[in-house]
Amino acid sequence: MEYNGVGIMELRKEILDTLEQDARISPQELAVRLGADEVDVVNEVAALEKEGVICGYLTLIDWDKTSHDKVTALIEVKVTPTKGLGFDSIAKRIEQYPQVSAVYLMSGGFDFTVIIEGRSMRLVAEFVRNNLSTLEGVLSTATHFVLRKYKDHGVIFDEKKSDERINILP
Amino acid sequence: MREYVSQQIKNLEPSGIRKFFDVVNDMPDAISLGVGEPDFETPMNIRTQAIYSLEQGKTFYTSNAGLPLLREEICNYVKRKYNVSYNPKNEILITVGGSEAIDMGLRSVLDPGDEVIIPQPAYVSYEPCTIMAGGKPVIIDLKAENEFRLTPEELEAAITPKTKVLILPFPNNPTGAIMEAKDLEAIIPIIIKHDLIVMSDEIYAELTYTGRHVSIASYPGMKERTILINGFSKAFAMTGWRLGYACGPADIIEQMTKLHQYAIMCAPTLSQYGAIEAVKNSDEEVENMIKQYDQRRRFLLNEFKRLNLDCFEPGGAFYVFPSIKKTGMTSEKFATKLLESQKLAVVPGNAFGKSGEGFIRISYAYSIDNLKEGIRRIEEFLKNV
Repeated sequence: MEYNGVGIMELRKEILDTLEQDARISPQELAVRLGADEVDVVNEVAALEKEGVICGYLTLIDWDKTSHDKVTALIEVKVTPTKGLGFDSIAKRIEQYPQVSAVYLMSGGFDFTVIIEGRSMRLVAEFVRNNLSTLEGVLSTATHFVLRKYKDHGVIFDEKKSDERINILP
Repeated sequence: MREYVSQQIKNLEPSGIRKFFDVVNDMPDAISLGVGEPDFETPMNIRTQAIYSLEQGKTFYTSNAGLPLLREEICNYVKRKYNVSYNPKNEILITVGGSEAIDMGLRSVLDPGDEVIIPQPAYVSYEPCTIMAGGKPVIIDLKAENEFRLTPEELEAAITPKTKVLILPFPNNPTGAIMEAKDLEAIIPIIIKHDLIVMSDEIYAELTYTGRHVSIASYPGMKERTILINGFSKAFAMTGWRLGYACGPADIIEQMTKLHQYAIMCAPTLSQYGAIEAVKNSDEEVENMIKQYDQRRRFLLNEFKRLNLDCFEPGGAFYVFPSIKKTGMTSEKFATKLLESQKLAVVPGNAFGKSGEGFIRISYAYSIDNLKEGIRRIEEFLKNV
């Protein structure tokens, strides 16, 4: 199938790039903006969802601006992968906790980055103490609390920019 | 009392359009789709390199023609992008924006009475620069039915024994029109037959959406008669840096450099250091901006179709040029009433020559959200006329 002289793979890439910036664009608008058929766009988005390429549509929230407390911590975890208990199976356990918002296997000085969100530092600390450090295979943890989020998922928080350009120019 | 002001300069004052611009710029609460510069900030890597150059104390004049390394890198870039080879030593001049290159270029080739063919609608400076250089502007009124491209018939009809220069402003501000390979190939034999110089203003070259930009200088027999003008403002979102360049035959560049030396000395050193980074390491950033412009372009075209305003598909720059003829209003009246009733600023097409009458220029150097709001206001306005 052709789309703008390039293949379907290119259309998929464009769909992903565009939805990653704004998940709320309707299929009609997406089709117009990408110069593709609406039917193709609807089909490809459905396929990308089914294949698990598109894993969800979320809302980016700056919780600091609400009256709700929310603490984010980044935890470096060192583990000993033993026989029958590889990185994957440890990760599979960590990921089960709802407090855990991200788990990454890392290169370098430690093994996992675990990102935890909780209502207070105390609750996060309790989680690390009771649930994470006690997991079989976990050697050590180092907890870093996030003090302020400046930018997340490519979006700068608190960016108040006015259009500096003069209104009209030939 | 003695008249202090030169009559020639006084007469350059363009039509009443200036007044409209002043009104708009005095209305801070108006929203605008009238700007001719990118909404993106200059990519951070470019800004950083300019800052480094300051930290390193690179605060002196450069050679008149520009930093040798920048000239070399631009020549590489022009070769890579448009397949034209220039000698960085004597076939390129770094200027203060493309606009200086237009001015210096025309001054360097014109003698009194020489005619300069200017296809319009076009950017506003070609005509006054021609006059200031002692030349005589000969306007070709491009037509919407040709998608505002220059046809061989139109060109042939405008040529006289005095014609010396053809200005080729594509991709075009304000129409967004482009000249594709086939369009260039149709006019090249005429240019060569009449031994014309071409001033090809390709400042929007990178912002071409329906294929790749083709430079007229890349054709056999054309490089030696073409002053290729480009710059950093549009492609790299560097308007405020004021940096452009002209590539061309060594004898013309030599004269341009002489004028540039007297008038300007050299382009800003800081900007030149930023520009080296721009041409070397910014392809990805530029590609990203182009993709966003292209989405907005398609979005606007679709919206004008929905609003039932005729609009040909522009292949380049960041403008659409819809016809407002069916409203029965002149461009200026349309723009003035739109501003008064909806507080939305657009540029009347006749600001770019009389063939722009009946059209308005809408810039899509704005976020999709801004464009949506602009379209909403135009729709509202159209309901009431």
